[in-house]
Amino acid sequence: MKLITAVVKPFKLDDVKSALREAGVVGMTVTEVRGFGRQGGHTETYRGAEYQIDFVPKTKVEIVVDDDQVDRLVELLTDAARSGKIGDGKIWVIAVDTLIRIRTGESGPDAI
Amino acid sequence: MESGNVAWILVSAALVLFMTPGLAFFYGGMDRTRNVLNMLMMNFYCILVIPVLWVVVGYSLSQVPFDNDFIGNFDAWMLNGIGIDDNGGALATIAYLGMFAAITPALISGAVADRMKFSAWAIFVPVWSLLVYVPVFKWVFGGWLGQRGSLDFAGGTAIHVNAGIAALAAVLVLGKRKGWPQDGHPPHSMPLVMIGTGILWFGWFGFNAGSALAANGQAAQAFMNTFLAAASAGLAWLLVEWKRDGHPTNLGAASGIVAGLVAITPAAGYVSGASPIFIGLIAGVVCCYTVRLKTRFGFDDSLDVVGVHFAGGLVGSLLIGFFANPEFFGGEFMEGIFYGGSVRLLAEQALANGVAIVWSFALTYAIMKVLQRTIGIRVDAEAESTGLDLALHSETAYHGGGLH
Repeated sequence: MKLITAVVKPFKLDDVKSALREAGVVGMTVTEVRGFGRQGGHTETYRGAEYQIDFVPKTKVEIVVDDDQVDRLVELLTDAARSGKIGDGKIWVIAVDTLIRIRTGESGPDAI
Repeated sequence: MESGNVAWILVSAALVLFMTPGLAFFYGGMDRTRNVLNMLMMNFYCILVIPVLWVVVGYSLSQVPFDNDFIGNFDAWMLNGIGIDDNGGALATIAYLGMFAAITPALISGAVADRMKFSAWAIFVPVWSLLVYVPVFKWVFGGWLGQRGSLDFAGGTAIHVNAGIAALAAVLVLGKRKGWPQDGHPPHSMPLVMIGTGILWFGWFGFNAGSALAANGQAAQAFMNTFLAAASAGLAWLLVEWKRDGHPTNLGAASGIVAGLVAITPAAGYVSGASPIFIGLIAGVVCCYTVRLKTRFGFDDSLDVVGVHFAGGLVGSLLIGFFANPEFFGGEFMEGIFYGGSVRLLAEQALANGVAIVWSFALTYAIMKVLQRTIGIRVDAEAESTGLDLALHSETAYHGGGLH
């Protein structure tokens, strides 16, 4: 099993959600996060004074999937989240040792 | 004018001014976090530009002289000839009416939420005020529609039906929001909606009871009617959705209160006794269903300006044809059907609203089309997606968690 984590532009979340749903993903965890990469931040103006906002709002999407699904889903996710402009975000994949469904106690890929 | 009357008009004017920020919060809470400041700005902009426009030409064109048919003149432009004699009654009245002029285009902002260019809104508001609000206001108050005998106490036809149908025309040109209706656009802050509702109800006492333009018995009855209609409409909406959908919601209560306030607006100084309760109950039930028309017919009236203001205003205005009670007020207006009148008053109400609907819809559609072909009316897809607050105003509403 693998944990796919994607940090994407907030307005791409709907596209990402639809793409993953259509691909058969049945659940996901989403967090509102802030950060910066090469895009840097943006400026806002209050009473004429400019404020540098370093940490821009992003959305973090996490899904646990079976090994044989990883490549396909990462590709789908990349396509769905891409606007082609700087700040589109990142995706990373790490191995997951254990996964348990709390209600039934099932573990491993059965719990996905 | 007696000093007591002037005092009440001045207080009422301040109450009506407060309604525009109230409306801004009512709409702003229903909007999403990334567009709430744009919504507040669309509303506040109306109390920046309209007071100036009103004093320069709006008042004079709509009220001087009071009893000509179609449009006034420029005699009182820039407050020309208006002094502080007669206890300042004229000044108080002009300021009071200016508050109505300001909130009317603000009502339309709820329909075009989330996607209209602010530059287009900035031009739309004064142009719409001059071409639509001023003439309709003139015809209803003192002009040919009023002279025929139609009744509009505080602006059901001239304000709510007028702005409500304009909202429909505006969104037909502007188009739907991205993702509507398949994606929900839930309110980002229900507490803001409830604060806004409270401010609106509070301010509406000035709107309706102040429209007696005197501190007298008619004002007191209009106050009572405003109190009862809002409560009974909120109650009606709450009960309908509780039964129909399973839950009594805050947004339902708020929408019902506003629907009741809208519906009693044209009738406030003409009905008495239990009538406001019936008007409120009817408006609450009707509007609870008319807000669903947008999904059935596919027009994206984002925050239900058509379903609440147009429908509520029309219901209240037509119900005057049944509930008007001149004997109670000692007034010189026609009786409603329930008080021994013929259908003539109802027919006049229908005519006045029909005229306002046709004029407002056609002119608003034309103004939006001209703006669309010149400066454009819609933000680009990226601004719509990332939010209008940052894209148009370089501000964001909420800086949470100490991370800037």
